Amino acid sequence: MREPKSPWQRYIRAAGDRALLVTPDEPARAAGLADALRVSAPKGVEDVLPAAETVLVTLNSPDDAESVRREICALLESFQHEVDSGDVSRGTLPHNGSPEPLVVPVRYDGADLADVAELLDMTEDEVIAAHTGTVWRCAFVGFAPGFGYLESPDGRLTVPRRDTARTSIPAGAVALAGGFSAVYPRSTPGGWQLIGRTDLTMWDVDRDPPALIRAGGLVRFEVAR
Amino acid sequence: MMLVEWVGPLATIQDLGRPGWFDSGVGVSGAADRASLRLANRLVGNPEDAAVIEVLLGGLMLRAERHHTVAVAGAPAQAVLDGIPVGHASVLEMEEGQTLRLGFAANGLRSYVAVRGGIDVAPVLGSRSRDTLSGIGPEPLRAGDRLPIGPVPRQLPLVDVAPVDGPPDGVLTVRALLGPRDDWFEDATALFAAEWAVSPDTDRVGARIDRVGGPALRRRITGELRTEGMALGSIQVPPSGQPVIFLADHPITGGYPVIAVVLDADVDAVAQARPGQRLRFRRAG
Repeated sequence: MREPKSPWQRYIRAAGDRALLVTPDEPARAAGLADALRVSAPKGVEDVLPAAETVLVTLNSPDDAESVRREICALLESFQHEVDSGDVSRGTLPHNGSPEPLVVPVRYDGADLADVAELLDMTEDEVIAAHTGTVWRCAFVGFAPGFGYLESPDGRLTVPRRDTARTSIPAGAVALAGGFSAVYPRSTPGGWQLIGRTDLTMWDVDRDPPALIRAGGLVRFEVAR
Repeated sequence: MMLVEWVGPLATIQDLGRPGWFDSGVGVSGAADRASLRLANRLVGNPEDAAVIEVLLGGLMLRAERHHTVAVAGAPAQAVLDGIPVGHASVLEMEEGQTLRLGFAANGLRSYVAVRGGIDVAPVLGSRSRDTLSGIGPEPLRAGDRLPIGPVPRQLPLVDVAPVDGPPDGVLTVRALLGPRDDWFEDATALFAAEWAVSPDTDRVGARIDRVGGPALRRRITGELRTEGMALGSIQVPPSGQPVIFLADHPITGGYPVIAVVLDADVDAVAQARPGQRLRFRRAG
């Protein structure tokens, strides 16, 4: 006899027979769910990939799909209880990586800093103050290894991508686009607005971990001296 | 050591990949046809995840610098040992100085050369796989490379030859499960009604497919999909309507809806599908 279906099942879609795509009703819950899955590491989970509004959970084998579905349902339900009890789920969940923010020293001399200031109707100093004055959190990593999409509670620095992408952006470039900030881990083409650069080596496969910014990690920028 | 004397279009070192690095933006990679990698390793008595050489279209010649036990599986590229044709998916003994050359296969795309002891280059992030999208792992092979071979395992090869079917050369049918974004299409089952052909624009990242008959895939939701994680075997449909089936080195996230995902057991067959080969999807689940 099949057990009754959990109401949370509706947030879980099959992505083939060896992965599940979780689409929480509140997109902001994706990051917290990814953190919780990494911490609890249910048996059969190969890896967890948070994105803007979803979490992809890959499995060791198709046989693990049902048990992992049940674990995800339980996590989603526990989140609901936290919300009901007045906790803000995102703030109370353990996050991946160091609890202390990674400090990234930046020389704010990017080619688009003046354009960004104009777009936001701020001075360049105000842009720098806003960028350094908040703790950013890596919502997900994509586009290239080590390219973390950083979000912050301070939504003022929301600018569009550039109309035309640059063919080459140097490693260490600090950029803004679509409400996110990022540091280019290595030289690639890109369309983000460049506001500065850092000398930190963001990506190095010979280092463990190779990426300084990982999904769930915290980042604080400061003016390089 | 094995000396690489000649390389064709692409030969890379592959194992079963590097799962566990999504938080750093790194995909799994690994052999495009995992079953053939496992078979090649079993034939020479290696652990099934040992590193082997993945050879595209038979382009490879190796010279043994000492005695080695090798096996070729996957696409049945004609293997020639010092000028003498030898059996596919069989255990081959190479003496010092002998050469193994792979010719073109009549069907299939990728052959796997396992050497007893495994290709022993330094692992990167826990794997010896070349990820051609991220540029992680050992560089593709070039003439003149000398490949270190690991110590021979205790386990002895159990069989001399594995009677396996080569990849099919007719219409390839693969099973796929609808979703996770089938609801973005007017009628996602059009995927199963249409006939497809593998495009020449096919590599380890993905197999692009062209519709050669049957209904078109029409989007119901035309908005932008927020970037989301993509599973191996995802059939992603960009606005052009020309789908791409994600293979070993696929980007781990994407912004186009995935209409269906090829079942894990059938991904290997897609990786062996040749440009021009007809392909049909059968609905699973």
